[in-house]
Amino acid sequence: MSSVATPSGTDTPDTPAAPDLARSPRRRRLIRVVTDSTAVIFLVLLGLVLVFSVLRPDAFASLNTVRNIAIGTSYLLVLAVGMTFVIITAGIDLSVGSVLVFSGVVAVAVMQRLGEGQGWGAVVAGTAAAVLAGLAWGLLNGVLVAKAKIPAFIVTLGSFGSAQGAALLLTGGVDQRGVPRELVTSVGTGRLFGQVPWLVVVALTVAIAGGVVLRYARFGRYTYAIGSNAEAARRVGVNVDRHLVKIYALSGALAGLAGVINLARFTNTTLQGHATDNLQAIAAVVIGGTSLFGGIGGMFGTIVGVLIPSVLTYGFVILRVQPFWQTFAVGIVLVAAVYVDQLKRAARSRL
Amino acid sequence: MTLLEACGVVKRYGHVEALRGADFSVDAGEVVALIGDNGAGKSTLVKVLSGVTAPDAGELRFAGETVNLSGPTAARALGIETVYQDLALAPDLDPAANLFLGREQMRRGLLGRLGFLDNRAMAERTRAAFAELGAGVQSERMPVGFLSGGQRQSIAVGRAAAWASKLIFMDEPTAALGVVQAERVLDLIRRVRDTGIGVVFISHNMPHVLQVADRMEVLRLGRRVARFAAADTSMEQLVGAMTGAIEQVDQGAAP
Repeated sequence: MSSVATPSGTDTPDTPAAPDLARSPRRRRLIRVVTDSTAVIFLVLLGLVLVFSVLRPDAFASLNTVRNIAIGTSYLLVLAVGMTFVIITAGIDLSVGSVLVFSGVVAVAVMQRLGEGQGWGAVVAGTAAAVLAGLAWGLLNGVLVAKAKIPAFIVTLGSFGSAQGAALLLTGGVDQRGVPRELVTSVGTGRLFGQVPWLVVVALTVAIAGGVVLRYARFGRYTYAIGSNAEAARRVGVNVDRHLVKIYALSGALAGLAGVINLARFTNTTLQGHATDNLQAIAAVVIGGTSLFGGIGGMFGTIVGVLIPSVLTYGFVILRVQPFWQTFAVGIVLVAAVYVDQLKRAARSRL
Repeated sequence: MTLLEACGVVKRYGHVEALRGADFSVDAGEVVALIGDNGAGKSTLVKVLSGVTAPDAGELRFAGETVNLSGPTAARALGIETVYQDLALAPDLDPAANLFLGREQMRRGLLGRLGFLDNRAMAERTRAAFAELGAGVQSERMPVGFLSGGQRQSIAVGRAAAWASKLIFMDEPTAALGVVQAERVLDLIRRVRDTGIGVVFISHNMPHVLQVADRMEVLRLGRRVARFAAADTSMEQLVGAMTGAIEQVDQGAAP
């Protein structure tokens, strides 16, 4: 950076005279809080937990409920971490559920060929294979989005179908069992310190790592910059295309990891169980305050956004409300979240 | 000293000749206004001079040496920065993140090698850079999208000034601004010039041009048709040269 000297006598940074949204610090802070959809949605989550706990303190406010909700959302959280990166670049990844299934199929195939489907060696090899399989789909998505300039919606809708189809072709449409006992009893049902399920530990670790990278690393900075103004990033020399490829590759690799988590939990490939994972992950990310238009968002919001639908489900079950209300309520939360995002975008001037 | 010089630059887009042997020169520590009517070739010339577009013919000399600008990165390596008309800031990033975008300062040691940013150092250097320029950006942590047009333009100019060691191109930096804000940006341009950096100011606004420029170079139909020294030039002369009412004027390079 070159040093720029100031002509003498003119070194008072004056304030702008024109009307300005950001006039006073207090006003600025107010704008930020009101438009901070993450804070709002966190209060919504706390409110839900509070209401259900008050209504059924015996059933809802228990360690067991917390554990069940955390386990139930673990693989979705891993998908949503990748989705957060993708959506912050103003992209979308519809393929995650299918890639999860495909990676699970690959993992089982590798594990069965190694050590007759048992042993830690098989677990490690299977996990690596699943992550690589997911990475491959992600790279394909990324190259088609960034280099071939095909809209992400179409590219990932295509791989959504293809990955699911490939998984069905490989298995003949029959769910594969034979997941190593080591994987199921450790990650699947085991608990850290006898309390925290390993599934949750893995998912939270991924989320925290993702959040740290997003917030403190150059990789995260470029992710925001590209979603905010890709042309600006390109002009200052950021390799936008390559970064986008990495983003989709990351989402694919995390879907591969989620495939292993899914195997550990359900002990089979659950071929037909993930058709709406993509929409659930997108909903979680958007509910958490990440903007579909890119440039805005964060991992804490995503964690909250993953939890809200699950808390609603549990609460309704415990209150004996028909569970159909859950999707109804999540729909309302989703639309409200996007509305808050629009308010936020209106608060800042166009650039 | 002539900092950057273009001789006989030709640029064709299909059958359209945007530049037909255009000449241009700018010295260190002067503000040169590049003016001309729409379609005169101003933007194309700036793209060539800032390395964005390769010319079909002609020569560029930087500090006396022939250069071949392979891209904006090559121009930046020479100390040339450009402030684009549409700002090219990321509205969701704060001023410091925008100032350092693409040139982030990393943490020391292992964390830095792992790709972690030194946000505190970048914020401090941003504050210092803007303070030195007298560009009052009071909210380093605010996404620039929340700031006024004038403040955003100040950040864009400040970014260019912070990184440019030799020359800054500014494409219509006052076009979207109110009176007061435009004054602030013009003031900023003078301060940048006073540090010895050359500034090329592209504008349609003749009062702004007369206010800030030391010299004017006029393009018409892809050629330089006139050079004026600011001191004794009237608006009529400029408009006459732009429209072709005045044929050829040359008051030479730097006075």
